[in-house]
Amino acid sequence: MSANKTITTAPSLADIGGPRQPLITAKDLTCHFPVRAGILAPKKVVRAVDGIDFTIAKGETLGVVGESGCGKSTTARLLIGLVPITGGKIIYDGQELNADLSLRDLRRGVQMVFQDSFASLNPRMTIEETIAFGPKVNGVPQAEALAIARDLLDRIGLDPARFAGRYPHELSGGQRQRVNIGRALAMRPRLLILDEAVSALDKSVEAQVLNLLEDLRRDFDLTYMFISHDLNVVRFISDRLMVMYLGEVVEVGPAEALYHKQAHPYTAALFSAMPSMDPDARTQVPPLAGDPPNPIDPPSGCRFHTRCPLAKSVCSSLKPRAITLNEGHQVACHLHDPASGYEEVAA
Amino acid sequence: MFTYLLRRLVYVIPVALGVSLICFLLVHIAPGDPLVAVMPIDATAEQEAEMRAVYGFDKPLPVQFGIWLGNAVQGDLGRSIATGRAVAPEVTRAVGNTLLLAAAASVIGFPLGIFFGFMAGYLRDTVWDRIITATAIAGVSTPNYWLGMVLVIIFSITLPWLPSMGAGPGGSSDWTWDWLHMRHLVLPAITLAVVPMGIVMRTTRALVSDILDQDFVQALYAKGMTNSGVLRHVARNAAPTALSVIGLQLGYLLGGSILIETVFNWPGSGYLLSVAILQRDLPMLQGTILVLAMFFVTLNLLVDIAQSMIDPRISRA
Amino acid sequence: MTYTATSTSTALEVPAAPTVGYWAGVWRRLRRDPVSLICAAILLALIFCAIFAPWLGFADPYTGSMIARLKPIGTPGHILGTDELGRDMLARLIYGGRLTLFLGITPVVAAFVIGTSLGLIAGYVGGWVNSMIMRVTDIFFAFPSVLLAIAISGALGAGVVNSLVSLTIVFIPPITRVAESVTASVRKLDYVDAARASGAGNFTIVRVQVLGNVLGPIFVYATSLTSVCMIISAGLSFLGLGVKPPEPEWGLMLNTLRTAIYINPWVAALPGMMIFITSLCLNLLSDGLRSAMNVRQ
Repeated sequence: MSANKTITTAPSLADIGGPRQPLITAKDLTCHFPVRAGILAPKKVVRAVDGIDFTIAKGETLGVVGESGCGKSTTARLLIGLVPITGGKIIYDGQELNADLSLRDLRRGVQMVFQDSFASLNPRMTIEETIAFGPKVNGVPQAEALAIARDLLDRIGLDPARFAGRYPHELSGGQRQRVNIGRALAMRPRLLILDEAVSALDKSVEAQVLNLLEDLRRDFDLTYMFISHDLNVVRFISDRLMVMYLGEVVEVGPAEALYHKQAHPYTAALFSAMPSMDPDARTQVPPLAGDPPNPIDPPSGCRFHTRCPLAKSVCSSLKPRAITLNEGHQVACHLHDPASGYEEVAA
Repeated sequence: MFTYLLRRLVYVIPVALGVSLICFLLVHIAPGDPLVAVMPIDATAEQEAEMRAVYGFDKPLPVQFGIWLGNAVQGDLGRSIATGRAVAPEVTRAVGNTLLLAAAASVIGFPLGIFFGFMAGYLRDTVWDRIITATAIAGVSTPNYWLGMVLVIIFSITLPWLPSMGAGPGGSSDWTWDWLHMRHLVLPAITLAVVPMGIVMRTTRALVSDILDQDFVQALYAKGMTNSGVLRHVARNAAPTALSVIGLQLGYLLGGSILIETVFNWPGSGYLLSVAILQRDLPMLQGTILVLAMFFVTLNLLVDIAQSMIDPRISRA
Repeated sequence: MTYTATSTSTALEVPAAPTVGYWAGVWRRLRRDPVSLICAAILLALIFCAIFAPWLGFADPYTGSMIARLKPIGTPGHILGTDELGRDMLARLIYGGRLTLFLGITPVVAAFVIGTSLGLIAGYVGGWVNSMIMRVTDIFFAFPSVLLAIAISGALGAGVVNSLVSLTIVFIPPITRVAESVTASVRKLDYVDAARASGAGNFTIVRVQVLGNVLGPIFVYATSLTSVCMIISAGLSFLGLGVKPPEPEWGLMLNTLRTAIYINPWVAALPGMMIFITSLCLNLLSDGLRSAMNVRQ
């Protein structure tokens, strides 16, 4: 089968603002979960995502990194409406969600691949049915939906003749993750969020799937938001990198630039914790000690100050603002803000 | 730990209220005028008016419930239609006898169930496992009222070894701790023990077999621990779940004894219930059910607390 | 670390194997389990005899002879003897299966339908709807099942319909509880989120994605309740609360024959034997089904 055969499905949302307009703009995006410790305990909130701003340009791959619990996955789930937005805006190609664009429409433009390849496939459905489910829900007739599914199976490297009727337990982890990608693509999205999508795979299979993602990005004109804790993989696939800590964005910048020089102490710590191929460059001391603080009751000022090696008194009292260092490189740290008063305080 | 206890105690209140509500409604789901249901058939018009006032049947249902609950809390469960006597003391005496029977059945059933269940789990996939598992399934499948009859046929009629009726010589209903009375306890207690024993056996077997599959058991063997040492670890891990199953079964002994007491004319709450059913004595039925259910609620509470004490994971969860 | 971007490589990690649907697999495993097959055969035979009893040439289960009362097992003309009114035991046992099996199975089926619906709603919707349904369930759980059945039947009075109602009420809470916990765990899985993300409504998600994955475990649990239900329903009749005489029903027969244990004990024990065999088969079949369906309880 040819790789450039056109796939007929529900038309994807047309390009509106042209290439200069970001595909996704998030403004002050916030997600708080209420928690109750007991009947008598006061209500508290987990500040999973706490007022973040970012953009994703058309056709780029934005890598998102950070420790577990930093709000990466919640951000992803906010973008496809799987968790309710507490505050802020999501703007998709110039259209604001819930104002110009319904959640249903947004979901046609944004899809997601989950980490657990097994849990994200219904064990009672053949993979063909799984892929056809999305188009069918959106009004594509059964036969046509199955045709889309078979075509996509071919595109993701699974021969439809052999695989279409299989159940998830009859596939390997890599094959299942290919199906999950196919299922997402069946909705003809423009943004595909990959939430640790390759993290659970063997290294060799991971490489195959990453190559597949590169091919699909070209063929389908996709934009990726790539969430991972594996900095090597993120560097390979991303154009830009966004670093999150405890529900906030601490640094955003071009992937290569960030890889060589990190502005935020947290980013620096993350990168120095990365296993190096070069024996001479290996670190002996763990750069970050302990676990991140509780997002129910985050530290005052800069949230990283409790673990930051460069923290001064101003860091615990004043919340840092985002400072632009170079073109497209922003950091939220007093170290780089001349107006913060960081320099005046004696170390 | 303390907050867990508190939470568990607070949680019991709505359940207990709900249980009382269901018991209260029993008289009202009975076909016909509820007044008829709580009154002797030959009652005079005066008695009828008196009853109406006592029960407040002319008032709305929630008010009636309030009156009834208030009386129940003070230990007044109404009067029996059949005998005219107060329900509460009769129920108390009968429940005492039921508890005696349930305790005897527990002493027989639970140790045997745990022992054989543990054996089957440890010796799984051997002949012993199959024999024990088959016995357990047979036990669970036995209608205990029939088993009671069969035991009477064998041990009272064919071999006249043990008495089959009542709680004492001559079918007497007054219990004393002597051999003459205890002989009467043997057959009903064995009958009552069979089903819970089967259930405990099956649960323990599944538990032990699951625990033996876990990696930590491999690690214990790998570090050179002896068989008996490993079994101690297995027992500790199985204990909380086994305890909760036993607690639940202890409650079901109260239910199961109803039919068995009928078979053996054992003067307990079940016998009281079956007589009440025969005479359509609803106040007696209602009172007995309420007391038994409240007992069950309390028992569950105690089991939960005991379980949280031996399983450190619970109070933290 | 470098990744060379070549053309899409076809994954060939698993050799092609004939694809088997879930239910086909269950059936294949069940077919290889002799115990389950024997139990199923016995149950089917009992059900067959119960349904077609009038055409199978048994004696009339209602007419007896006063001179042929309590004949022992093996009496010519009455292979299994006669009861206290001289009626043929074999015929009464066969006919008795009708009501006993009906009262053992129907309440569980009804409770399965109602409990599964309630549990699905509670587990899928969550929040205060869940709290409301589950707290009411907890209250019913505060009664041992036999006690609750006797309480409701005792209040409603004897009769087949009242028995059905009370037994259904008894079995709704446990099925609801299992259905709720299975649904809540399936709901958390990513494929439900993925279906939501593709724009499917709640009704479609429950029907297409959730139902197929929760029905199996709930069904297995419900089958394990059938034997309990039959024992309790026969027990109600035994107490005089269920079926009314002269209808043949195993529990009621056991009750009316109780006084006969001094005269002809083994005939008197026969109806209980039937309950025991049926309940044993139901339990063994339910166990077989559980392992064939890979359900862990």
